[in-house]
Parts: sequence; C-alpha cells; structure tokens
Amino acid sequence: MKLPTFWGGTHPPQKKEFTADKKIEQYLPLGDLVFPMAQNLGAPCKPVVKKGDAVLAGQKLGDTEAFVSAPVLSSVSGTVKEIGLKLTSSGILEESVVVENDGRYELDPSWQPLPDYEQIDPKEYVKRIRDAGIVGFGGATFPTAVKLSPPPDKAIKWVLVNAVECEPYLTCDDRLMREDPEKIVGGLRLMLRLFPDAKGVIAIENNKPEAIEIMQKTAAPYADRISVQPLAVKYPQGAEKMVIEAVTKQEYPVTALPADVGCIVLNTRTTHQIWQAIAEGKPVLTRIITVTGEAVAEPKNLEMPLGTSVRELVDFCGGFKEQPVKILSGGPMMGVTIKSIDIPVVKSTSGILALTAKTACMAAETPCIRCGRCVEACPVGLQPQLMNAFALLRDYAAFEENFGMNCIECGSCSYVCPAHRFLTPSFRDGKQTIMAMRRKAATK
Amino acid sequence: MERLLAVSSSPHIHAAQDTRAVMGWVLIALAPAGAAGVYFLGLRALAVMAVCVVFSVLAEYVWQKGMKQQSTSGDLSAAVTGLLLAYNLPPTIPFWMAAVGSLFAIIVVKQFFGGIGFNIVNPALAGRAMMLTSWPVAMTTWTIDGVSGATPLALIKGGSAELPALCDVFIGNIGGCIGETSAIALLIGFAILLAKKIVSWHIPVVYVATVAALSAVLGRPAGPVYEIFCGGLMLGAIFMATDYTTSPMTRKGQVLFALGCGLLTTLIRTFGGYPEGVSYSILIMNLTVPLIDKLLRPRVFGEVKKHG
Ligand code: SF4
Ligand code: SF4
Repeated sequence: MKLPTFWGGTHPPQKKEFTADKKIEQYLPLGDLVFPMAQNLGAPCKPVVKKGDAVLAGQKLGDTEAFVSAPVLSSVSGTVKEIGLKLTSSGILEESVVVENDGRYELDPSWQPLPDYEQIDPKEYVKRIRDAGIVGFGGATFPTAVKLSPPPDKAIKWVLVNAVECEPYLTCDDRLMREDPEKIVGGLRLMLRLFPDAKGVIAIENNKPEAIEIMQKTAAPYADRISVQPLAVKYPQGAEKMVIEAVTKQEYPVTALPADVGCIVLNTRTTHQIWQAIAEGKPVLTRIITVTGEAVAEPKNLEMPLGTSVRELVDFCGGFKEQPVKILSGGPMMGVTIKSIDIPVVKSTSGILALTAKTACMAAETPCIRCGRCVEACPVGLQPQLMNAFALLRDYAAFEENFGMNCIECGSCSYVCPAHRFLTPSFRDGKQTIMAMRRKAATK
Repeated sequence: MERLLAVSSSPHIHAAQDTRAVMGWVLIALAPAGAAGVYFLGLRALAVMAVCVVFSVLAEYVWQKGMKQQSTSGDLSAAVTGLLLAYNLPPTIPFWMAAVGSLFAIIVVKQFFGGIGFNIVNPALAGRAMMLTSWPVAMTTWTIDGVSGATPLALIKGGSAELPALCDVFIGNIGGCIGETSAIALLIGFAILLAKKIVSWHIPVVYVATVAALSAVLGRPAGPVYEIFCGGLMLGAIFMATDYTTSPMTRKGQVLFALGCGLLTTLIRTFGGYPEGVSYSILIMNLTVPLIDKLLRPRVFGEVKKHG
C-alpha cells in the first residue's frame, strides 16, 4: 500500500539508530539553571522576580501582557541568583533569570489539576495552557494558547498531532510515544473537546513501527474520533504544510494559516504537555531531547529541567569521543549551530547534535549546473536555483515574484545540490531582508 | 576547544553526490560506448577520444587561469564535453581538427557564456556543428582501411536497398561516429545513469519513442525499430539531450523538450539535406529551454496560478 505523503522532498540518512532504542532518562542538573526571557515566537517576557527571591518550581520568572507570548516558569525550587545577560542558542547574549537549585524540586502548590477537566467548559483549557507556558515544541515555539484561539469563523475539522519527527538523528518524540502514549492521546482528547467538530489524527512517519502500533492500541477506544495515520518516510514530512497535505489533501497559500483549511497542528510533546498541564497540574518544567551525533560518546534521550546547561548533558552522555566541528540545537536539516555548549536548554531545544568533520558538510560552493535536483526536492514547488540567483543579486522583487517568500527553509534543496550551493541560507537571508523592508514600509 | 566550532546556516548535512561525482558517473556510463567504438572502428578512435579530452580539459584550465577565475576543471565536466565531442566524430578525423573542435566547444560555447551552468547550447554538439560546417568532407568520411563504412542513415538517404542487418546495427558493427556505433553499449550507459539517478528516464525515452512513432507514421523505409538504433539517436537521446545545463528543469518541461527533439530529428532525417538530424534537433531545442522553463514551472504549494 502506498502511504500518503507530499510532493517533492528528499531522503537524508536517518541516523536514528544511535538513540531509537534508548529509553528517556531523567537528568537532574548539578549547576544553576538559566532561563532566557525570549523563549517563544512573538513577544519576549520581562522578569517578574528579583535577585534573592525564593522561587518554587512552576512559579513565573517572566511574563508579558502581549498576546503572542507564553510565560517562563522556574523548573526547580531555589533562589534567584542573578538577572543578567547570558549566552543562548541564538548565539547572542539575552536577558535571563538565573536560579540556584535547592535540589528539592518543590512544585508551587497552586499548580493543581483543573477540577472536573473532562466536564468543564473547554475554553478554560486555553487559559491553563497559556499559564503553563506551553509553546510548540517542534522547534517553532509558537505559543500554543494562541494557536488554539483561531478566529471563530474558522471551522476546525482536524486536530493533527504531528508525530512525524522527520529530522534525522532525533528520536525523542518516538520514545515519548512508546513510553507514555496515554497522555498524548489524552491531550488530543481534550483538544477534541475544544474543537467538537474535529477529527483527531496522529500522523507518524512509517519508520517508527513500534510507535505506530502502540499509538493505535492506545487510541483504539476513541476510534470514533481519533485515528493514527502512518505517513511515507520522506523529508520534510513533518513540516506543517506537508503533514496537512498528506493527511487532509489540502494546500493553502503563503498568506494563510492551517486554521484556514480547518486544521490545528500540534507537536507530540506539546500534546503530551497539554494533558499534563490540565489533568495533572504540571506546567512546562522539563524538556525531552535527544543528545546525539557521531561525536557524542553515548548518545541518549534525556528529560531535564528547562534551564539545564547543555554542557552537563554532554558530560552525562560521556562527553565527546571525537572532536565535533559543529554542534547543533535541533536536527541536521533545520537546526542552528551553537557557538558554545555553555548555554541552557530552552523551550526550542529539540536536540543537541554534535557532528564530526566527516558528517558535517563544509564543502565550498561551486557554480550551479542546472541539474534540476533542487526543483525536484522542493516540497513547496519552488525553483531554488532561480531564487538563489536573485537573492545573490539582491533583486528582491524577482525573488518575491518567484515565490521566495513561500520557502519553508526546510533545507531539502541545499541537501541535494551537487554544486553545494548555499540555497536555503540565501533564502533565509532574502526572506529576512524582505520582512525587514516590509516592516520599515509599514512604520513609515 | 569549543571556540573552534563552526557556525553556519542549516542544513548541515549533504547528499554525497557532488558535481565531480555526477560527471564521473557520466564518464563511466560513456565507457561502454567508447569501448565498442574502439572495438569496431579501431584504435584510431581511442586516439581521437584522447585528443578531444586532453584539449577540452586543457582549454578550460588555461582559460580560467588566464581569466583569473576559480578553476572548475576538477569537476570533470570538460572531460565529459571532450569525450562527447569525440563520440560525435568519425574515427578518421584528422587530430588537429578534433583539437580545434574541442577548443571551440570549451572556450567559445562554454566559457564565453560564463562556464558550467551558463552555456545555452550543448558545447559538444555545437563543436560538432562547427566542424561539420567547416570540414564537411572530413566529418562525413567513414572509410577505414579502404572499406567504405557508409552509415545506415546515409544509405537510407541514398535510397540504397542493402542496409546492414538490424542486429549489426544494434551491436555496433556498422560505420558511423565513434560513440554512436553500438546501441547496446549506449543502453548499458543509460542503465548506469538511471541506477545512479544522474538522469531520469523522461528525455531519452520520450525522445526515442517520438522518433519511433513518427518514423512509423511517415513510413520511413527501414521501419521504426531500425530507425531508433541507427545513427546518433541513442547517443543524443541518452547523453546529449540530457545535458543538465541545456535541458529544462522540470519533468514536464523535459517531456516537451524531448518531444520537440524527436519531431525535429525525424523531420530532418526525412526531409532535410543531411541524413542525420539528432545534433541539430538538440541544438535547436536547447535554444527553447529558457522559454520552456518559463512556461512549465512547478506548481507552487497552495498558490493559484497567477498567469495562465
Ligand atoms: S541542485 Fe544545485 S546545481 Fe542543481 S539546479 Fe539546483 S542549484 Fe543548480
Ligand atoms: S529550503 Fe525552501 S526552496 Fe529549498 S526545498 Fe525547502 S522550501 Fe524549497
């Protein structure tokens, strides 16, 4: 049987075998915890604590009035040691709250399950989801409460759990499904109360047979509304547009959102965390990530409090057995390089990947040979070789005319290009420049 | 030590096949046809290949040095051009002509237009066309060791009744250019290109099928099967029309391009002054590629067509 998928795409090596069979281990931090105030897409938070304050786990360290935002909570109990600039995965110094851990992990007692959560008005879920600091854990960190508040005229017909995990190397979502499936299904059930006309679909790439089986079993009692959909193994199957295309056979223009085609797409861990926040009274305290790559001595799947230093995690995984040339936050196709491992785990950290000189591509650019591979690979149907030429010429009008703004920065074109053109980076730059020009034009 | 970490923009991994590997596989895929050429036409064919490859690579190297450009001759594309040119020459061609043809292909057709990826017509074919115009006799003399090796297509054009047997045409035991003599060797090369995903099937299959269909419709005397195995069609369809730089980017465009090539080839074979029409057909279709690329772009996700 041919599994549903999308047009285009490519097949990078999976490299999931390093950690696919490793259970998620709990890691307790040794040092201080660092909480950058900018951890979600949208507005950053402002600190709401002072140096010397005692804090409990789940207590707010930062918040903002802005709509597109999510509060930053302390992941441990202890004392606020410092508020200042700290290096983060973005490579710059960002305002952060540093908490000294008292090692007791005492949860703020105001965190309780929502009473009668199976009966109450599901609108209450949205407030709880915001208070719990939940964002999209797929990497984009869009505040989930905002996503769950589509304009009332949008009829939501699908709630999709994006459990595709198409980035090579990463296995934390796979593990979470195999180890804690009830809460993922639970979170989805709650979301189906919020969207009473929607079907729930858990979309999983077909390279995770155990996860598919266990999710099918777990979702079986709710078969009237929830189904598990295996998808063909192809990168970037996990991109939001591609999951929607594969499951619902719908497309939407660059100006539209998933809600415009009746879809809400939630990441696996996000759905899991929704259940924890509502049914268990547990806000976003931890992150589950894969620490892996050829350079890491013992790759692992780990759950650790947010704010834990990446260096501690690397040490816990036996350190580096080979000199890494690049260390990434995230996977190899879309992850960002980090300058140093002395940075904290934040909401956007989906993995720590240390690549050796052998695996990380450092080749120089050569001229485009018009082989057409980038066109074949682009899931959005763009012409990367043309866009690249226009981006380099700074001809932004032509870049836009050739749908440059539709690029989802998936990296497929760069991955396949035999000339090693820096295609995706040039599109990222082009898009940013155009966005900046638009903002400037808007404020004039 | 972490200060040495490289900072760069994603993606961070890369498919193994780079330009050099692509061209390397093309050379390997060309090898069976070259071997057949040497076997059936003699060692002189090998010498012609050597002359073309050496002069092509040297021309590119010296030009780029002179122009102070970054050298791309390591990518093997000049070697591919040289070898393809040799495959389009008769084994009897004087060496100096082969050398001049190579220089023309690389410097005038490829480098004048900006080098790899920027030329608008296939350098090897343009080189051959130039040679055919300049030295028509030398380019159509197939006599080896006193034995006339008139090509089957020339025989058809001349209305001759005695054509070589189909199996000889298929295996390569016929007169002709170095690389086009053995259809089977070229098909082995095609299999290699397909297996290594260097080219897709679209251009070669559509091109050859179009010629077969039209030959049948136009009632060409030797019949469609004979038509597709003789002359430069296999060589052209598999190795020339599929040249990345001078063929369309999308599959749809490639199909249209191949249809055009097939149509022109049959028309030239039937109505033209030359017995063979593959080179000119491909050269003409090369010129339509920018237009085809503009017309048949991929469909953009979720966007309604702007221009019809
Ligand atoms: S994949 Fe690279 S070489 Fe091929 S057409 Fe695209 S940009 Fe050019
Ligand atoms: S990075 Fe952009 S242009 Fe390249 S394949 Fe992905 S969507 Fe297409």
